[in-house]
Amino acid sequence: MSKRSQPRSSEITPEAHYSGRREWLAKVGLTAGAAAVWGGAVSLLMSRGAADRPEVVLPTGPGSLSGLQRRSAPTYTVDEAQTPFEDVTTYNNFYELGTRKSDPARRAGTLKPRPWTVEVGGLTAKPRTVDIDDLLRWFPLEERVYRMRCVEAWSMVIPWLGFPLADLVKRLEPLSTARYVAFETLLDPAQLPGQRDDVLPWPYVEGLRLDEATHPLAFMAVGLYGRALLGQSGAPLRLVVPWKYGFKGIKSIVAIRFTETEPTATWNAAAPREYGFYANVNPQVDHPRWSQATERRIGELGRRPTLPFNGYAEEVADLYAGMDLRRRF
Amino acid sequence: MATGASRSRGLRTQDWVRPAVYYGSLMPLVLLAVRAVTGSLGANPIAEVMNQLGLLGLVFLIASLACTPLRILFGWTWPVAVRRTLGLFAFFTILFHFFVYLVLDQGLALGPVLRDVGERPFITLGFAALVLLVPLAVTSTKGSVKRLGAKRWRRLHRLAYVAGVLGIVHYLLRVKADATEPILYGSVLGALLLVRVVDWARRRADAAKRQARAAG
Repeated sequence: MSKRSQPRSSEITPEAHYSGRREWLAKVGLTAGAAAVWGGAVSLLMSRGAADRPEVVLPTGPGSLSGLQRRSAPTYTVDEAQTPFEDVTTYNNFYELGTRKSDPARRAGTLKPRPWTVEVGGLTAKPRTVDIDDLLRWFPLEERVYRMRCVEAWSMVIPWLGFPLADLVKRLEPLSTARYVAFETLLDPAQLPGQRDDVLPWPYVEGLRLDEATHPLAFMAVGLYGRALLGQSGAPLRLVVPWKYGFKGIKSIVAIRFTETEPTATWNAAAPREYGFYANVNPQVDHPRWSQATERRIGELGRRPTLPFNGYAEEVADLYAGMDLRRRF
Repeated sequence: MATGASRSRGLRTQDWVRPAVYYGSLMPLVLLAVRAVTGSLGANPIAEVMNQLGLLGLVFLIASLACTPLRILFGWTWPVAVRRTLGLFAFFTILFHFFVYLVLDQGLALGPVLRDVGERPFITLGFAALVLLVPLAVTSTKGSVKRLGAKRWRRLHRLAYVAGVLGIVHYLLRVKADATEPILYGSVLGALLLVRVVDWARRRADAAKRQARAAG
């Protein structure tokens, strides 16, 4: 090595600086690495509980409701802004598809709404099994814009597509001894993977008094926003009872039975102190764990007061005349 | 603990663990802020922020309560060096969680909030946990340890366990049917508490033995 190419002694980094810089680099590297591990681990824990807005998968093709008879104008509406389709189809309680609000939209693909049959039984003159596509042709489809109030104190306004439950009940010929109608959701963990977890006793069941079921507002929905129901909304057939909390609106129905005694209702059976059989929307009767006096309309910042019977008191209050609604909530 | 004078050279674990825990703990909060800004909090963003902050506060609180057990079990000293950072992250996240409830969820309607806090065990317990954390946050400085004396300070800061248990019950009462997550976090907290109790019992037995030996 020539003399020239050797660094002058002044150019040599003092050893103290050199090891100091190495130490500094090591500190920065270790800090960044450990921060990423710790922050990543906590963020991962957070994502287990996070509910976001999953992509809504719309089926292609003409859709199962095409070619069916439809009434052109809505037969019932409310003068309130409708909740956007995106919100209606990504914020759902359908524990059969997962307990997070975004789970049903994400997993809806596992639920196959065809082929589908509905078993009709109990106190009826004509027990039978009806194919969903036959059932859909029994009545003209109509649109109804209803408020939907969840027992968790949030609400939406949804344009449903379907037919009055009263028409269906009449067609199914209940015997005069029948006083209630019971509904049952599909039991199939392959299609409804949430049923592998026993968060609730499966299948989900619900029921109405027959006079409630035949009230003109009680509705069977097969679609919303003009298209067939997606899995997360309870395809292909669900109940909508606008004056009751949302959990009464049983989804993906496979059986309808008429009974003489009050049928089991899933949430009522799971926690009778918290969820009544009637489950009429009532700002006066709080859930034991939270107030029902107000609600958040999805898409709005403030809370709005909750109305008795969800604003349908004029139509339905008579059904409960003389009943103590505080006790039979 | 090695002092600077005795080991001026060489990187101590806590030198990098301390900033790592600080910056790492900011990450989930930053991610939540990003979700808020990009509108990916879903259809009910207020509920989502509230839920996420509550869960995050509980995770920080449990992490801060894991520091001493880690020292007991493995003889590590660095976890104790990050305990205060984690505790303060827990406090401020839970405080933020409460303010989201108070301001965004309830719209500062004090009547309903007072009724919630007073009448609903679910909210009473959560609020109690936050209140318990206030004196701990206030006395989190080194000066406070001196002022109170190490023994009294330690006794006071055992309240963090009470706050943790209240937080778990608050979470448990919040879910409608699926209790998997609160049970999971509750089990971790229970295990940490067990380590402390076993350690305490062992030290007491040792002390009693020493005393007996001294007397004999």
